[in-house]
Amino acid sequence: MSSIVNYFKTVFGGLKTLVQGMGVTGYYFRNARKEIITQKYPDNRSTLKMYDMFRGVVVMPHDENNMHRCTGCSACEIACPNGSIEIIAPRVLDPETGRKKKVIDKHVYHYSMCTLCNLCIIACPTDAIIMDQTFEHAVYDRSLLTQVLNREGSKLNPEVKE
Amino acid sequence: MPEALVITIEWITMGTLAILFVALLGLSLVYGERKVAAWFQQRIGPNRVGPQGILQTVADITKLIMKEPLTAGRSDHFLYNLAPFIMMLAPFIVISMIPYAKGLHILDMDVGVFFVTAVSGVGVLGVLLSGWASNNKYSLIGAMRSGAQIVSYELSAGLAILTVIVLSGSLQFSEIIESQREGWWIFRGHIPVWIAFLVFLISGTAETNRGPFDLAEAESELTAGFHTEYSGIKFAFFFLAEYVNLFIIVSIAATVFLGGWMPFHIGGLDGFNAVMDYIPPIFWFLGKVTFLIILIMWFKWTFPRLRIDQILTLEWKYLLPISLVNLVLVAFITLMGWYF
Amino acid sequence: MSQDIIMNPDGTQEYFINMGPQHPSTHGVLRLVLTLDGEIIEKVEPHLGYIHRSIEKMCEKDNYRQIIHLTDRMDYLSAHMNNHAVCLAIENGLSVEVPERAVVIRTIMDELTRISSHTLWWGVMGMDLGAITSFLYGFRDHEHITEIFEETCGARLTMNYNVPGGVMFDLHPDFVKKTKAFLADFKTKLPEYDTLLSNNVIFLERTKGVGILTKEMAISYGVTGPAGRASGFASDVRKHEPYSKYPNVDFKEILYTEGDTFSRYKARIDEMWESIKIIEQLIDVIPEGDFVAKTRNVIKLPKGEFYQKVETARGELGVFIVSDGKMQPYRMKFRSPGFSNLSALNEMAKGGKIADLVATMSTLDLVVPDIDR
Repeated sequence: MSSIVNYFKTVFGGLKTLVQGMGVTGYYFRNARKEIITQKYPDNRSTLKMYDMFRGVVVMPHDENNMHRCTGCSACEIACPNGSIEIIAPRVLDPETGRKKKVIDKHVYHYSMCTLCNLCIIACPTDAIIMDQTFEHAVYDRSLLTQVLNREGSKLNPEVKE
Repeated sequence: MPEALVITIEWITMGTLAILFVALLGLSLVYGERKVAAWFQQRIGPNRVGPQGILQTVADITKLIMKEPLTAGRSDHFLYNLAPFIMMLAPFIVISMIPYAKGLHILDMDVGVFFVTAVSGVGVLGVLLSGWASNNKYSLIGAMRSGAQIVSYELSAGLAILTVIVLSGSLQFSEIIESQREGWWIFRGHIPVWIAFLVFLISGTAETNRGPFDLAEAESELTAGFHTEYSGIKFAFFFLAEYVNLFIIVSIAATVFLGGWMPFHIGGLDGFNAVMDYIPPIFWFLGKVTFLIILIMWFKWTFPRLRIDQILTLEWKYLLPISLVNLVLVAFITLMGWYF
Repeated sequence: MSQDIIMNPDGTQEYFINMGPQHPSTHGVLRLVLTLDGEIIEKVEPHLGYIHRSIEKMCEKDNYRQIIHLTDRMDYLSAHMNNHAVCLAIENGLSVEVPERAVVIRTIMDELTRISSHTLWWGVMGMDLGAITSFLYGFRDHEHITEIFEETCGARLTMNYNVPGGVMFDLHPDFVKKTKAFLADFKTKLPEYDTLLSNNVIFLERTKGVGILTKEMAISYGVTGPAGRASGFASDVRKHEPYSKYPNVDFKEILYTEGDTFSRYKARIDEMWESIKIIEQLIDVIPEGDFVAKTRNVIKLPKGEFYQKVETARGELGVFIVSDGKMQPYRMKFRSPGFSNLSALNEMAKGGKIADLVATMSTLDLVVPDIDR
């Protein structure tokens, strides 16, 4: 007798759990209009805004007089784990003090190797480099990924102290 | 005009219409499935190709047609190429039997239901042939499982329809629909018809290898089962056949249980019935079919899969005994007249 | 496969199936060679190494500040906990005291990572068994947490937020508010998980009594984490050898005794509830203060060997550093939880069907980069 009772319990109990499960998905079906969580990505570029901390690519900000803050100290090059930064900074005779000083010639950044670990940003003593939030950097030519971060003709901001 | 010419012209017209209908059906059902699945999953679904993504299936079929029609090297070429056509054969025949509105059907035999159940068994042949002829371990496993499953569930499906046949007293589709003029059988025959409806829905999903019973083509286990070796237009046939089978199961359920093209009548309320008759019958039919299709898609996107031994246990130990008892019950009820 | 084919007495023979490196249900590049007899599995042989990137060797040329970002990529779903383990090992070697604020922040981030890993696991488990909708629901909650991470740490998966001595930057002002909003929302979604899968009769039939791992086997193979705790092996590092803020928070260790797939599933769902409890105890009482301790610019560990265990979402991760006094470690070894968990797969899958193998592998929650490093 109990086996017959068990049989019907399995049937009805099973059906009940199935209907409850359908209730969950049914809720999302009925309220699809307000429960949709996906964004139509390439079409919403004009309104897309990433968070301020988001790490997209390393850039060197230049102000309106085309001046940056990089002194060529190579702290970022030493901090980088896999050699994505190369500093070319020859020693140049400084006319004011008469001593040789490092001046930044090229700050080479290999974006193809960078793991976006942020160690260079926190190692920089003068806040010369920051992380930008852009992330669409796919190119057809790999040489475009080796960038020189300081722009043509830019100079070190004289207010920056070593 | 000589009679032979008339018949030939009729053949060709009906055949072309049937093919066009099946093509349109496949197109809209594939698009519908993707949209419905997306709404269950809190996303948007196809929305780039054409307005609201309507032309998505057209793009898919174009891509499939342009693919190279490979034939697996050491397969049995004749059977390998024959299997997709057999899979499409059964649905075509059954499509011509279903009444879409009053008088809108191609064939109307007086043993309609019997013929339909017999012909829908031809689909198994396509599955088994494709699995065997592919010369591939995975396909064979998938085909064996699928064959066992389809053959078992045909029993329950047939017994479920028999319930309504007992109540309505005829095997002819148009007669069954006429007998629902006072109200659909799902309301008039009470408990036995509800049980039969549920059994038919479950057996129907199992027959078409859909929903929780799609072990034979389970992607995460055997990478596509019996149609692993097919690509291009032959795969498109299998794909299409699944959706047309779905439409057929749903139409039969709508016809037998929900009254086909018959509007919603309540026996005795003539004014109400006259109002209901304003809506053309073809819309009633399409509405019922759409409702049931969404229900079956709901099954697929909610439940996990059953294992093959659980599928067969469900049929032989649960559905079949329940259907048999239900048949006896409905015969008793019909004799005593205990239905509305 | 150069193995002798065994003929059964009734004339049938067993055959081999390769669930190759590219397969929808082995989560990652894992190759399994199955020996089957009809539908029953006789032996499962995993072949590893398809994603070996020599992380341990790379650690030997980087100094102690630079090795942390490599550990992000080992078990990428518990990235915080990997970083935490390495930082704790280094801090023990230097005998540096981490400020209280950093300790609490690290613990909260750990528990958030654990929840995000478990929601992703739940989604993938449903998808493996056929309920494809659960994948999207699991990812929705995972996405909620990664957005919180993106706002504070800057990255979504490979955060690199821990440094030796504390954390890299301070919390974003919105962090507490957003975490509380997430917790309130998640507590309504977890019962939905139950209704959709845990109570479902089809799911119960697929997972009860399947893939049984006894307690003795779990201890012999070293299966830790929720998989081992579901067999009764009380191995939670947070309870038995606590670190960070865990001695001061109140939570239960989840133990079941049956050791089948369903208990492993339940153990993870219960762990999510416990993690919610831990975060709720800590989120309102984050102390003020420094977020990083002052350490030298160049870190050199004294000569010797240092070991630290943490509890990741998969099990017990061990970090072993051998130092000879220089700026770079002499040798780093990671005891990965996935490796030991995978070794028990043969025991669990023997005698079952292929469908059971898929369910069992899902509950082991393997992340193959963790196994291969």
